[in-house]
Amino acid sequence: MADQGRQAARPARSLASKGGVASGGAAGGFFQTPFGRFSARNWALIFLILMIVIFSFAGPGFFDIANFQNIIHLNTGTFLLAAAETLVVITGGIDLSIGYVYGLASVLGAKVMQILGAGGMALPAVIALGMLAALLVSILPGLGNGFLITRFKVPPFIATMGMWGICNGVTLFLSDGFMPVMGAPSQINDIGNSYFLYIDPSKSIRFFSKPPYITLTNIRNILRLVPNSLFLTLLVLLILGFVMSRTRFGRHTYAIGGSMDAAVRAGINVDRHLVMIYVISSFVSGVAGLFNLFQTGIGNYTPSGANYELMAVAAVVIGGASLTGGKGRILGTAVGVLVLAVLENGLQIAGISAFYRYIGVGVLLTIAVIIDRAFPDLF
Amino acid sequence: MSTDTVNQKSSLQERLGRNWIGIFIFLLVLIFSLSARAFFSVDTAQLIFFNGTEVFLLGIAELFVIITGGIDLSVGFVMGFSTVVASKLIVMFAGLGLPPLASILAGSVATMVIGLLPGLVNGWLVAYLRVPAFIATFSMLGVTHGISELMTQGIPTKNLPSLAGMIGNGSFLYRAPNGALSFFARPQVARGQTVIAILPNMVVFAFFFILIFAFILGRMKFGRHLYAIGGNIDAAIRSGINVKRDLIKAYVISSLFASLAGISYVMKYITGKPDAGANMLLEAIAAVVIGGASMAGGSGTVGRTILGALVIAILETGLRIIGMQTFMTYILVGAILILAVIIDQIFPNRNR
Amino acid sequence: MAHLLEAKNITKRFGGLTAVDDVSFYVDEGEVVALVGDNGAGKSTLIKIISGVHKPDVGEIFLNGEKIHIDSPIDAINHGIETIYQDLALAENMDVPSNIFLGRESTKKAFGLVPVVNQEHMTRESRKVLDRLDIQIPSLKSNIRNLSGGQRQAVAISRSIYWNAKVLIMDEPTAALGIAEQKKVLELVSSLRKQGIAIIIISHQMYDVFSVADRIIVMRRGIKAGERLVRDTTSEEIVSLIVGAESVEKRSQ
Repeated sequence: MADQGRQAARPARSLASKGGVASGGAAGGFFQTPFGRFSARNWALIFLILMIVIFSFAGPGFFDIANFQNIIHLNTGTFLLAAAETLVVITGGIDLSIGYVYGLASVLGAKVMQILGAGGMALPAVIALGMLAALLVSILPGLGNGFLITRFKVPPFIATMGMWGICNGVTLFLSDGFMPVMGAPSQINDIGNSYFLYIDPSKSIRFFSKPPYITLTNIRNILRLVPNSLFLTLLVLLILGFVMSRTRFGRHTYAIGGSMDAAVRAGINVDRHLVMIYVISSFVSGVAGLFNLFQTGIGNYTPSGANYELMAVAAVVIGGASLTGGKGRILGTAVGVLVLAVLENGLQIAGISAFYRYIGVGVLLTIAVIIDRAFPDLF
Repeated sequence: MSTDTVNQKSSLQERLGRNWIGIFIFLLVLIFSLSARAFFSVDTAQLIFFNGTEVFLLGIAELFVIITGGIDLSVGFVMGFSTVVASKLIVMFAGLGLPPLASILAGSVATMVIGLLPGLVNGWLVAYLRVPAFIATFSMLGVTHGISELMTQGIPTKNLPSLAGMIGNGSFLYRAPNGALSFFARPQVARGQTVIAILPNMVVFAFFFILIFAFILGRMKFGRHLYAIGGNIDAAIRSGINVKRDLIKAYVISSLFASLAGISYVMKYITGKPDAGANMLLEAIAAVVIGGASMAGGSGTVGRTILGALVIAILETGLRIIGMQTFMTYILVGAILILAVIIDQIFPNRNR
Repeated sequence: MAHLLEAKNITKRFGGLTAVDDVSFYVDEGEVVALVGDNGAGKSTLIKIISGVHKPDVGEIFLNGEKIHIDSPIDAINHGIETIYQDLALAENMDVPSNIFLGRESTKKAFGLVPVVNQEHMTRESRKVLDRLDIQIPSLKSNIRNLSGGQRQAVAISRSIYWNAKVLIMDEPTAALGIAEQKKVLELVSSLRKQGIAIIIISHQMYDVFSVADRIIVMRRGIKAGERLVRDTTSEEIVSLIVGAESVEKRSQ
């Protein structure tokens, strides 16, 4: 009986999807034209461009290379977290622990560097060991999540929410109760905040470090290009984007999200694959947290209510993924992050209360899902 | 013959598995009582319930939605929003010259009404626009957070009538050392004498609503419908249940309980701020899941959710009494949440 | 000569229930065997044992006379035993070639280093196998979600054939299909038989059974209640075997 129900449901669903397209077409037939389909598929990108145009007129200093660099710089963490979440969402799961893995890596890295540095170890070793510790530990929550989800069949929502609590607790323990961890070597700041290229017009060009005669007060006089944060962001996005779109690993991820049964019967080792996905998600979040330490020089725990993980999910969904799995792209997620980032930055520059951004996120998310419902086949 | 003993054994195991939460609470109380002598007392028990008021209320908020197979991520920020609305309204009514008690009552009632709105929108998005609950309620999280930040501009509300704090931190019944009982008002006694306070007002406030909705969920047709929707939404539709209307009601109830938690917070801490419930989402969902409900919907009861919330409340207050830091609470709540699901996988028949 | 696939004395119990009780059967190259019986007769369990989903408590399976062990669905597939379940196990969010190659994607090296999925090759090969089976699907690029029930069925069958299925097991292949599509699937089964593939079909539809099968095995309450050649029997006889009018009562005494 159950099987027949499922059988009967399938044609019904394909009918419903056709109905969805048709109702989209009812809005003037626009969405049936190639351009209409293009704009529905890329509404987030179009919205992003519109925002950039509007803010460029509305806020002085928005359309400025320094400001764009600033946007990237401040959102490196969001980019990486959202990219991590994309993989999990494509499998049809969700990872709520990433925001706290992020905080854990930041605090743990700082703590290790603080202790080793105080012990008088050589600077490169301090930094290397701190990084190593943060990255290794950031694998553990993912292993735990993957293990709970595949072996004990704990729903991803619960498993990763539990892991959220555990990571948050461990982080607070390391940070001695809600204190940012100071005392990491100040040199890491240079790594986190420097640029690939410094140009002092008509005077000099330097790679990786600013000309020594430039101080922080007149740093705005020189042109700085390609911040390291952009490098890291692009590196992670390109690798993950490549893996998801071009490799068997990526294929299998989409297959698992599309139909777990089909994937199992096609001989994909679904359990192992899911564990790997959650480990990657957790690891990339750890990288993000570590980079946060390099940017700020401080081990920052994730404050409660920061909702990093939910913001990441928001970017993923605005980027065109579906929470039911099987759908989503890294590139789309990058656009999703930019939409949220430009919204925040633009509102600030235009002098509008940044609190509107929270409302904006809510509205955009809902639009994203309604579009996803109307065009289930857009990919 | 041998199968009989096997059955008996498995039924004993099953009974343990089904009631592990009771055993767990017993163990928690035992451990805390052994580690801190002051723990095992009526005062501590009342303190646990008092500190846990918001967890109880938010747990119930989440329960109604989880039964339908949904999720409400907005409860924490709807609670924060309600603390802002309630405190602002009470200050405003008091400013208009209303007596403190009237301002508090009017402000609270108005907050409950306003507190229905987020749920109405959530329910409408979920039921009519078929937006996944996760997204709809996360959107609402953003919207309520934004609005309450705009209302406070970063400054927690102040200048509430002191009566609010007296209500929020007071008790229903007091017993003076001479045996005299008094309601609501703490009797004046000589220094050094102890007054026994019974039933904190906020606990009474919370359980008044919880009992009403326990009845609605457990005994009324609407409650049955929610289980049906969560169990098999197609079957619910085909059997003529007005699924859309019932879903909206579930989200409205969720939002109502979140705003009750907000009101309770305002009374206790005499302030309102947007992030008052920011870290409560984990605990709210944990209460429901530890109480044996499935995230897939169709199961969960008010009584068991209260037990789940009680586990968290005991942990929080107990850890504080034995001098542990907050971080242990997070770790333990996370671990117990996962454990609860694993135990339920092993003993699947916990609920009906 | 040994049969292509032979199962001997298969027994499977679930707790106190014996789902399959000492059942033996075989199927030969280019032969279509229909497995019929009421709900709960043990057909599905038997199929799941052959396809590696369940392990039998007792019994042996032979392929070309050689004893084989099937411990998982992958083992079965590696032995050339492919199963098409009612839900077809297709990833609806992906296109036709991706589904035919699901889990066995062909790759090429990008930059001579990183293996990437070779979509062109997969599309070409898919086109070939679909042509060979005379299956029409307008665009291979369309997601499975947009195909009709019969087309999905055809994609699932093509996948098995592409991967050199010797034995094809089909669970209710025509359920939930329109009349025209049912006919197409039955034609497909006949053409597979001509290509020498052994086919086991589970079906409730007497019309299907009699139009494509060579031999019919009737299951009832876990036992094999009868076996008939299609040319020697009638649908009345098969129905009476299914409901257990004669032979079973004798046996239970």
